[in-house]
Amino acid sequence: MGTSNVETKRLALIASKGTLDWAYPPFILATAAGAMGWEVGVFFTFYGLTLLKEDIEPAVTPMGNPSMPMKMPFGPEGFQNIDWPIPQLAMNIPGFNSVATGLMKQTFKNKGVATVGELRDMAVDLNVSLIGCQMTMDVFGFEKEDFIDACEIGGAATFLEYASEADVSLFV
Amino acid sequence: MSIEHDVNKEVDCSGMLCPMPIVLTTKAIKEVDIGEVIKVISTDAGSPPDMKAWARQTGHELLEYVNDETVFTFYIRRAN
Repeated sequence: MGTSNVETKRLALIASKGTLDWAYPPFILATAAGAMGWEVGVFFTFYGLTLLKEDIEPAVTPMGNPSMPMKMPFGPEGFQNIDWPIPQLAMNIPGFNSVATGLMKQTFKNKGVATVGELRDMAVDLNVSLIGCQMTMDVFGFEKEDFIDACEIGGAATFLEYASEADVSLFV
Repeated sequence: MSIEHDVNKEVDCSGMLCPMPIVLTTKAIKEVDIGEVIKVISTDAGSPPDMKAWARQTGHELLEYVNDETVFTFYIRRAN
């Protein structure tokens, strides 16, 4: 390989959203960077903070999210490829979100994507630092005990100091 | 097609998508000694560029990469 690039790089991420679709990017990037030997810190703020809860059940809704494909994770291939035109009004039916969430989870599973919980476990194994935002905890009434043991707590200055030494910083 | 390598460990990531192949590769490379070779099988179409980037970033040596249509096989030597 000749020149090996082995100096430790650092990735600093902010995870600000807690829905199923938005939970994936920070955990995928964090585990990939961790696998490449990078030092990784993820700062969970606002709705992203819920991803630190012991039991995570992130949901997703196509409501107000017109780019989300509505496809069925079962049946013949032609049927699975149909992008169903669901009217926004129909999305108000009680239980619609859990159906949409169930369908997306099944699709991810069928395609061989790890669950968000599995990715989080891998991130912990790869020594990714998971930092919960103290301010959001105060606002939404969360306690440190509500979260997994592997997480730390910090504020904006904690993240900024960490990110100031980072090679890559992203807000998700 | 493939050069003979003395493989010390084999990882099958068939059916798994990003980032599983590189995460499992990382786990496997830590389980062999420096200089030893692992074989990684992946069906993730994103694996070829990802595995090369992983090797550049970690310094491990990607000895060979075999593309058999939808199956990708990587031979990697632990370098550090």
